[in-house]
Amino acid sequence: MKAIAARRHHRLAPLLLLALALALTGALYAVLAPSASGTTTASDEDVEAGKALFQANCATCHGTDAEGREGAPSLIGVGAASVDFQVSTGRMPMQVNGPQAAAKPPQFDREQTDQLAAYVASLGSGPAIPTADQVDPAQGDAANGMALFRTNCAMCHGAIGAGGALSEGKYAPNLADSTPTEIYEAMLTGPQSMPVFNDANISPEEKRDIIAFLDEQRAGSPGGTSLGSIGPVGEAVWVWVVGMGLLIASAVWIGAKSS
Amino acid sequence: MSTDNSAQDLTVRDGASLPDRFENPGLPPHQQRMADVDPAASKRAERQVVALFAISVIGTIGFLVAYFALRPGESVESMRLSNVALGLSLFLAMFGIGAAAVHWAKTIMSDHEQQEARHPQRSDAEVRAGAVETLRIGAQESGVGRRGVLKGAVVSAVALVPLTFAVPLIGQVGGDWNVSKFRHTLWERGRRLVRDPSGEPIKASEVTIGSVYHVIPDGLREADHWIEEKAKAVVLMVRLDPRDLKESEERAGWSYDGIVAYSKICTHVGCPVALYEQQTHHLLCPCHQSTFDMADGARVVFGPASRPLPQLPITVDDEGYLVAQSDFTEPIGPSYWERLK
Repeated sequence: MKAIAARRHHRLAPLLLLALALALTGALYAVLAPSASGTTTASDEDVEAGKALFQANCATCHGTDAEGREGAPSLIGVGAASVDFQVSTGRMPMQVNGPQAAAKPPQFDREQTDQLAAYVASLGSGPAIPTADQVDPAQGDAANGMALFRTNCAMCHGAIGAGGALSEGKYAPNLADSTPTEIYEAMLTGPQSMPVFNDANISPEEKRDIIAFLDEQRAGSPGGTSLGSIGPVGEAVWVWVVGMGLLIASAVWIGAKSS
Repeated sequence: MSTDNSAQDLTVRDGASLPDRFENPGLPPHQQRMADVDPAASKRAERQVVALFAISVIGTIGFLVAYFALRPGESVESMRLSNVALGLSLFLAMFGIGAAAVHWAKTIMSDHEQQEARHPQRSDAEVRAGAVETLRIGAQESGVGRRGVLKGAVVSAVALVPLTFAVPLIGQVGGDWNVSKFRHTLWERGRRLVRDPSGEPIKASEVTIGSVYHVIPDGLREADHWIEEKAKAVVLMVRLDPRDLKESEERAGWSYDGIVAYSKICTHVGCPVALYEQQTHHLLCPCHQSTFDMADGARVVFGPASRPLPQLPITVDDEGYLVAQSDFTEPIGPSYWERLK
């Protein structure tokens, strides 16, 4: 210590201190900064494990090298986001052939899903799984999200995302229980009937705004029961059956003789 | 069987002895109510009425409590709680009074049946003759029969008066009779396609296959009556795999590298058609399920629409942004406007 104390007035001491401070900042940043995406940190073991899972569970339809077959698309270049969406919501592996693959309890756990995503991402570059920051509803502008949702999404998913029917048995699902990550991935990859909304069409900030808008709808309706949020049909059924039923019952009671 | 039988009046049966007039059957025998014969039942009915009034009082108090204690705050929960509490207490306050009044009248108040004979509506002969005489004297004194010009003036004035309200009413029907405005939209040669609602231009290279863009013309917000112009000019733009795209000879140059743009206004009754299924390239109208095939000139594949959606010819400018080649070449919207061609 004595040696350091003796040299603290050395003319190179400030430079040394600066270098130390920079190194410390860099180290702190490396520890604290959020990782860009789950897939970039995927190891070769993950890819290998994902490949084994793929061969056992997906290759029957999508082909041994994920090149696709009749009725099952090629997965080369779809990216990790697509795999994460389809597998974590249980849509894939598909259980039965139908108008569209329905969401169901997922078949794979988080780790296996990440391994599958890492394997498919290694086949060709595609959209990565979004970071927690990108899908954080607290950072989005719900008002702008509403304008975007109304223009791009509401025609199929309904005004507040309650879902709706498409042609020939297909449907746009209810978004009430979709996680922010799933909503982001769906916009990015366009699963099944849904069109793709890439970052040039709806920017990452705008996607977060839409997530913020949908998150706000989860607080429910300020007027009481929402009747399913499916628009005038539910409200009219309520008025015709319950409202007019009560009016008729009252009229009958008023007109009946007392016993 | 002869045809005479069918001409016979079947409502008159031979040999049936029908009375000349029916006897008034009178009212059914009066039935005493429980509350009239049983003092205990009467007391019970009275208590029920009191209870219904008490419900109303409780509802009113509850309303005031809810009004002051459950103020709606910032959160949706507090708004919902306030609305439900106010609505339920208001219902009890009103319904209690109404139900109590009806129950009171039905069970406790007198239930004697009363009869009121109907009065003849016809005035007697003397009054009728007097009225006719008054009219006759009036007509004679006015001189309508002799003064022809006066008669003409009266008829003219009375006949013309309805025009004061008929003309504005008929003028309001339809609002605007200038239907030829549907021929033209804001689209013109070189106008950029921009994103709705942000107004940002679209680079053709950024439109990936399977994408759908909701498009408005650049500079829309600066136009007069921009919201009406938007309703006519909205466009849905998609990019298809060029292998899927079927194009007719005369429209071969209207798309750009698989990117096609069609009017978003349904040709059936003008709803915005925007439910795009990217796997089948079908565009579904939410109102009446008209379905258009975007890969095949927006041909109608299902539903009541009778003609394809009008296509907007597009290309790119020097900077690579998508622009229109011209306006739509046919009127947008319901087929009715086809007549303008």
